[in-house]
Amino acid sequence: MTAARFRRQMPRALWLIAPVVIASVACLAGCEREQRQLHTPPPAASAASAVTMSSIQPVASAVTTSSTQPVAAAVSATVSNPYENNAYAVSQGKRLFRAYNCSGCHAQGSGDSGPALMDDKWIYGADPASVFTTIKQGRPNGMPAFGGHVSDDQIWQIVAYVRSMSGQLRSDIEPPRSDSLQAGKPEQRRPPEEPKRSSAPPAAEH
Amino acid sequence: MTARVVLPLSGAAAIATATATVQSAWAAPLQDALRPAGVQARTILDLLNLTVIVCTAVFAAVLIAFFWALWRAPRGTRETPADMSTEADSAVGPKAVAEPGLRRAVIVATIVSTVLLFGLIFADVLTDRALARLSMRDAVQIEVTAHQWWWEIRYNDPQASNVFITANEMHIPVGQPVLVTLKSSDVIHSFWVPNLHGKKDLIPGRTATIRFRADHAGEYRGQCAEFCGYEHALMSFLVIAETPDKYAAWLAHQRQDAPPPSNELQTRGEQIFLTHSCAMCHTVQGIGANAVLGPDLTHVASRQTLAAGTLPNTPGHLAGWIVDAQRIKPGTVMPPNPLAPDELHALLAYMATLR
Repeated sequence: MTAARFRRQMPRALWLIAPVVIASVACLAGCEREQRQLHTPPPAASAASAVTMSSIQPVASAVTTSSTQPVAAAVSATVSNPYENNAYAVSQGKRLFRAYNCSGCHAQGSGDSGPALMDDKWIYGADPASVFTTIKQGRPNGMPAFGGHVSDDQIWQIVAYVRSMSGQLRSDIEPPRSDSLQAGKPEQRRPPEEPKRSSAPPAAEH
Repeated sequence: MTARVVLPLSGAAAIATATATVQSAWAAPLQDALRPAGVQARTILDLLNLTVIVCTAVFAAVLIAFFWALWRAPRGTRETPADMSTEADSAVGPKAVAEPGLRRAVIVATIVSTVLLFGLIFADVLTDRALARLSMRDAVQIEVTAHQWWWEIRYNDPQASNVFITANEMHIPVGQPVLVTLKSSDVIHSFWVPNLHGKKDLIPGRTATIRFRADHAGEYRGQCAEFCGYEHALMSFLVIAETPDKYAAWLAHQRQDAPPPSNELQTRGEQIFLTHSCAMCHTVQGIGANAVLGPDLTHVASRQTLAAGTLPNTPGHLAGWIVDAQRIKPGTVMPPNPLAPDELHALLAYMATLR
């Protein structure tokens, strides 16, 4: 084959191959998004092992001792939640959010007797470890502790979902639709909020 | 040669051993559409028999015609080829000319096929009419909700205190029609008890009904018949048809609250049930555990199986299920529950009282 002929035929071959290559790469990229970790490891060795209790406890004790001055994100910024890269885990978190009646106080994220979760205000920190601590150990002014009732693994799923409510996750990971009727846009289509430290709710001041 | 014989034999022996092991652990009850236990399944079986007989007869007739044609075909060898000449170009005489009765045979076969097919359609319509005609006088009304991957079975009653919910085990009285309302909480499932009736899908957001009657007492296995996720295969249930007296006794028992714990160990088990994750999802009537995510456990010890027919209901299996259900049924919603040995012991002692 001469060089000229090769050059002539090359574009046509590219046109044929390029879509296949692009489609395959797109498929591969989607592979891990839905990957399901079916056997959740027992809590001791779970995803939560990234956060040891010793790294959480100082935060929690600090919070309980000074309720008006929330100190959440002090140590935990390094902790990442592996479920934040997994769409299945996030939608499990969404299911659990309703199943465990988080929605009883936080509604569908807009807040009711509990604070809103879909806005940019975070009283006790927006990073995964702070949200984990909030759920596991509770917070003053009404948030109960779910540690011991809900497994750490499920808490991490709920953490991933709670953060998806204000668009903290990658948008292709966030739930694109609801199983049941939901007012407003699905998590995936909400604009990402910039988390801001907020003061404790008014109830804390008196 | 010996290897060829021995291998299948050893394979068969292995299967036989495995079957024997499974059966000795827990003999699964009958699930067999060919042994109808109710009028609906009997009607469907009649239609099946008719269809099989007609189709077999037609298949046999086609085979006979085929072999007859082969036998009559002109034959030849390399030296003396068969005479394939037609009347027009043959001096010898017609050998492969058109069959004299061919046109008539084709017409007759077409008519017979049409008549038989319409006959089957007619039988099908009659069967459907018969299935729809089951009298619903004094019907028992049961509500079944399918979940991934278990069956919630609710016995409604005009008196609210008589309503109760059980799971994966449906008791019905023999000889009395049953009207089952079918719902789904997540994806499409299908309700199928071959000994009693055909399949009916459970579609989220819709309500379907299926009606049947058991004419013989016995235990019949049912299962989900529409792929519904990872553990679709482990989503079976039991229909237990029993005499009206026994059924009434079962109803009365299921309506009761869980008995209070009678010793220290059981009391501790009850506390563990309430303070650990059990009470987040499960109900036990009478102790204040009222969550409705998982199966109602008020009378769990009276059931034959755990986790929708996955395991026989023994303390050992229950312990394994509580500690790490994901190993047994990967994908199930039940999370692993690491309990200290004495806690697990107490919990099992308490759950054994939930008869």
